[in-house]
Amino acid sequence: MGRLEGKVAFVTGAARGQGRSHALRMAQEGADIIAIDIEGQIDSVPYAMSRPDDMQETVRQIEALDRRIVAQQADVRDFDAVKQAVDAGVAELGRLDIVSANAGIFTEGRADELPEQTWQDMIDVNLTGVWHTVKAAIPHIRAGGRGGSIILTSSTAGLMGFENFAHYVAAKHGVVGLMRTLALELGPEFIRVNTVHPTSVNTDMIQNDMTYGLFAPDLPKEERTKDALAPRFQGMNILPIPWVEPVDISNAVVFLASDEARYITGIQLPVDAGATTK
Amino acid sequence: MGRVEGKVALVTGAARGQGRSHAIRLAQEGADIIAVDIADHIPLVEYPSPTQEDLDETVRQVEALDRRILARKADVRDREALAAVIDEGVAEFGHLDIVVGNAGVCTIQDWEHVTPEIWDLTISTNLYGVFNTVQLSARHLIEAGGGSIVLTSSAAGIKGLPFLVPYVASKHGVVGLMRAFATELAEYNIRVNTIHPTGVDTPMGGMASSYPPLLEAHPKLGAMLQNMLPIEITQPIDQSNAVLFLASDEARYITSTELTVDAGNTQF
Repeated sequence: MGRLEGKVAFVTGAARGQGRSHALRMAQEGADIIAIDIEGQIDSVPYAMSRPDDMQETVRQIEALDRRIVAQQADVRDFDAVKQAVDAGVAELGRLDIVSANAGIFTEGRADELPEQTWQDMIDVNLTGVWHTVKAAIPHIRAGGRGGSIILTSSTAGLMGFENFAHYVAAKHGVVGLMRTLALELGPEFIRVNTVHPTSVNTDMIQNDMTYGLFAPDLPKEERTKDALAPRFQGMNILPIPWVEPVDISNAVVFLASDEARYITGIQLPVDAGATTK
Repeated sequence: MGRVEGKVALVTGAARGQGRSHAIRLAQEGADIIAVDIADHIPLVEYPSPTQEDLDETVRQVEALDRRILARKADVRDREALAAVIDEGVAEFGHLDIVVGNAGVCTIQDWEHVTPEIWDLTISTNLYGVFNTVQLSARHLIEAGGGSIVLTSSAAGIKGLPFLVPYVASKHGVVGLMRAFATELAEYNIRVNTIHPTGVDTPMGGMASSYPPLLEAHPKLGAMLQNMLPIEITQPIDQSNAVLFLASDEARYITSTELTVDAGNTQF
């Protein structure tokens, strides 16, 4: 019997990366999935964002596990679209127990130089998008009367400051504030709310020219390879690894989503190889 | 395949309560167990002390799962005795991968009634005993190529719960131990984390009869004992599920973390 047998989970940013991994890992443990992703580009984001064929691949992998998935294109900045997707998913799958608010972007810039739009897009996606996600989901979890588990993806940057991306740090800290208040408001109904705090995760969001430039501004562009950058990423962690894999975050999400964590609420769970200890 | 299949786990305070539950949960997921408990009279505490019969029952339940267990009476304050059990267990099972520093004591009294004897008992068991447990087992984890150490702190390791001065001090100290060892052992791929239970339904957790008169005399402080989720107390299994998660490779990159299993108590 799977650890999430019979439950339904809503995952944002599920077309690839951590979101796809969360959807797959939860499906492996028996959950059906409601998945959304922007499947498109935001102008202030310099790396390629997800596309429709990414989501098709997530759907293929979930269905290969004999689980059901209702996948829709939706931008977390658009509350009506998120609500419509969750409503449609619950109509088809019958219930909602788990939310993984994972959709996020990463961009860079010194705080005093960030363009207005770069700041605004970051807050809109990484903070307001998380609020939209839970706002659309809570009525369905509540209607089940069985409680539930909401997991918000923050970051090591939700626990400490970093140079060169104040907007990301602000949004990810904001997610912690949202979690703490939601935990208080929803605790009486046994709806638990927690955050996960990844260090660098081996996905497209960090394996790109923009992020490499942040870690190795001193190297010529052609020398900024994954291998060359690994020791610099490793310098952020205390365990001797450069980055963690998406499944490491997913395992934490599964734990928090499952009844094994039935009395865990209001916590910040780092999956950070010790980065926030440094 | 179990989530800690083929691993060997040391559990202190394993005769009953949370420790027994940890041993059983880890065994259910495939681990062999080295169990340590004082299994003897503990002075000054209000609740009944653990016995040899309790430890025997842990052995029975682990063996019923078809896992191996080596159980010995030892006081975590006695370095020689503790080292002897650990070494014997490693000799028998071949390696050590998981350490659960769970043994602890608790007494309830207001600050004026903390005697030097109560202070010494609490600090020596809950802090020095945990230090001994980690220091004496770390070399074996290094030889195994890495491992996971889980130390039992408390909600009282994060906030100052009332009428538990030595307990609060010891459990805060455990967090310091965890952080310091996490830093020094990271290079060996050894992870060190704490769990922070709120009240747990065990012989120790059931001693709350000392609380009512104190809370009546200081009514404001009672609120600090409340949980955010609508429950009075957690079960040992809830703590064990957190220990299992941290002990398993699912948490292979989680270190130096305080994991609260406290129904939100520390958020109030």
